[in-house]
Amino acid sequence: MSIKSYAKAINEAHEQLLKTDKRVFVIGQGVESPWCVGTTTLGLVSKFGPERVIDVPISEAGVTGSAIGAAMAGMRPIVFHPRMDFMYLAMDQIINHAANWYYMFDGQINVPVTIRGIVNRGNEQAAQHSQSPFAIYAHIPGLKVVCPASPYDAKGLLIAAVKDDNPVLYTDDRWLYGLKEEVPDELYEVPIGKGKLCKEGQDVTVVAISYLVNEAMEAAAIVERQGINAEVIDPRTLKPLDEDLILDSVSKTGRLIIADPDWPVCSCSEHIANLVYQRLFNKLTCPIKLINFPNAPVPASTSLEKAYFPNRTDIIDSILEMMLIRSFARE
Amino acid sequence: MQFRNLYRENWGDKVTEKISLPDINFKVVEIDKCIMKALLVTMMRIREFEEKVAELVQEKKVITPCHLYTGQEAIATGICAALNKDDYVFGNHRSHGHYIAKGGDLRAAMAEIHGRSTGCSHGRGGSMHLCSPEQGIMGTSSIVGGYMAIGVGAALAESIRGTRRISVVFHGDGVPEEGIWHEAANLAGLKHLPVIFVCEHNQYCTHMSISKRRVYDNLSDMAAAHGFKTQIVDGNNVLDVFYAARNAVEKTRNGLGPVFLECKTYRWRGHVGPNYDVDLGLRSEEEVKAWMNRCPVKHYAHFLIEQGVISSAEYNVFKQNVKNEIDEAVSFAENSPYPAPEELSTNVFKEAALCQ
Repeated sequence: MSIKSYAKAINEAHEQLLKTDKRVFVIGQGVESPWCVGTTTLGLVSKFGPERVIDVPISEAGVTGSAIGAAMAGMRPIVFHPRMDFMYLAMDQIINHAANWYYMFDGQINVPVTIRGIVNRGNEQAAQHSQSPFAIYAHIPGLKVVCPASPYDAKGLLIAAVKDDNPVLYTDDRWLYGLKEEVPDELYEVPIGKGKLCKEGQDVTVVAISYLVNEAMEAAAIVERQGINAEVIDPRTLKPLDEDLILDSVSKTGRLIIADPDWPVCSCSEHIANLVYQRLFNKLTCPIKLINFPNAPVPASTSLEKAYFPNRTDIIDSILEMMLIRSFARE
Repeated sequence: MQFRNLYRENWGDKVTEKISLPDINFKVVEIDKCIMKALLVTMMRIREFEEKVAELVQEKKVITPCHLYTGQEAIATGICAALNKDDYVFGNHRSHGHYIAKGGDLRAAMAEIHGRSTGCSHGRGGSMHLCSPEQGIMGTSSIVGGYMAIGVGAALAESIRGTRRISVVFHGDGVPEEGIWHEAANLAGLKHLPVIFVCEHNQYCTHMSISKRRVYDNLSDMAAAHGFKTQIVDGNNVLDVFYAARNAVEKTRNGLGPVFLECKTYRWRGHVGPNYDVDLGLRSEEEVKAWMNRCPVKHYAHFLIEQGVISSAEYNVFKQNVKNEIDEAVSFAENSPYPAPEELSTNVFKEAALCQ
């Protein structure tokens, strides 16, 4: 066990997977490019050779398809996209092929491919270099979606994704690359479909996704000074969702805020809200509050960016507002 | 049934009987008579299967959209005869022929077309989605060109593992109009992968003839530009296809990189269903008839009789046997159960516990 960054944790997961499983290979555009993948694949080519750590031309569909075909042939590929925005070019491969295959042939051919989509935004990169459209993928039957928010989960979920027998979309967020914590040195899995109770509390449940998990933790620490005890949950996997963890928490608190860094319409947060309304309608003491991006593409200018991406302030405001509703209701 | 089994099981004790004929390069070579017979029977099985399916569609006994392969039988037959059982084959919406030629089970294919649980995809796939992993048929895709890179990926897997397995991807002449064809071809060329693209150039992509779709009919040139070795073959001549496939397989299996075989042919029936698209004004009756006069099955059968490889009586026996086999497949399909609605949501994921 030692302190590692989120980026280092991903790099280590790659290295240990390549070292321990001959079926694993890494393929994507910019394996050693300083612009594309940061330090997460650095050093892998020299350790494992260009036959297993494959830099490729900028052919998103072709490269993703080849990883899918290799997975059908029994390999465990990790195909990465330096930005989730570029992954749209591979949608036919991911949705029509990878996600449908196991069902369409009724369990005869599975596709154990890990598709890594990197979220890379900020610094005025604008609409086509800033997206994190988790819900589009969570919508698709046959596709699992994970989005680690901590170095520990970044390593454990990547390993779990590669060991999973199904196509898994693994999304990591470059805003988190510098985040540090204790990460085990050995190979371990964070189970797909299991969320994490990050902080216990009784007053309000905050389900936070991806970079907003840390923002939610900060927000919870701040409102605690005002005597509000928030429970923070990180689902870690958007599909399949750890429904019980969320339902148990909301049963206890009666209040739910969902902080989801994605657009609002047909989002994972709407899905979670619907789940809670269906199952716990009578236990809710106030309407569920969703924190999302505005229903608009991502703008470039810093002034607009600052207004666009939600952070701890939005979560604090939501918590306070919700607790105020409670006090009105009591009067 | 696998092609190799077909000829070994039926004529395996006579494998030494050979005949000398000019090959595709006009060089006289010896060829096993049993291989020649097996090529014929495989083509006849595909033809009879498809003719029966056309009939069943007309009778509305089959609902799934069927894209028939009639007229193109020599291609799947000649190619698959040159492959090993564990070589991969990737196909498309028009893959009944690929499935049969690679050794897929006729009964399972017929049952799939009937939407039955005994079908090769257990009723989940229909006519366009056939598979037989034990024969290397890893599933056919109905997205035109969508599976090109997947076929390349199977070759990539074998190249990383260092085996001698190869991958064959069948595609129509419309596929090079999709970007994915170029991405897949470039990747295969760049990484020198053991893959063969078999272009079944049947002149049409859905309703459009090639002259309406492309400035140049230069598919082989484009493949060559991506680093493929290329050959243009008469796709209605099963022996030519077989020889070309054998050369291509040998090259790519020995690490010489990808090969593009452009097999010129014609699809008799329309894009989908049993009609000929003449009724829709998409092509002329003269054109269809001219190509029907070049029937790959009939011509080859007569050639074998002429060469004394089979007798007319033997040909009739083949016909009867194939017909019986197809009838038996239909009766198997019709008497099979439909998939149970309770199974609707099984096998979305490979594991029961986390299915949602």
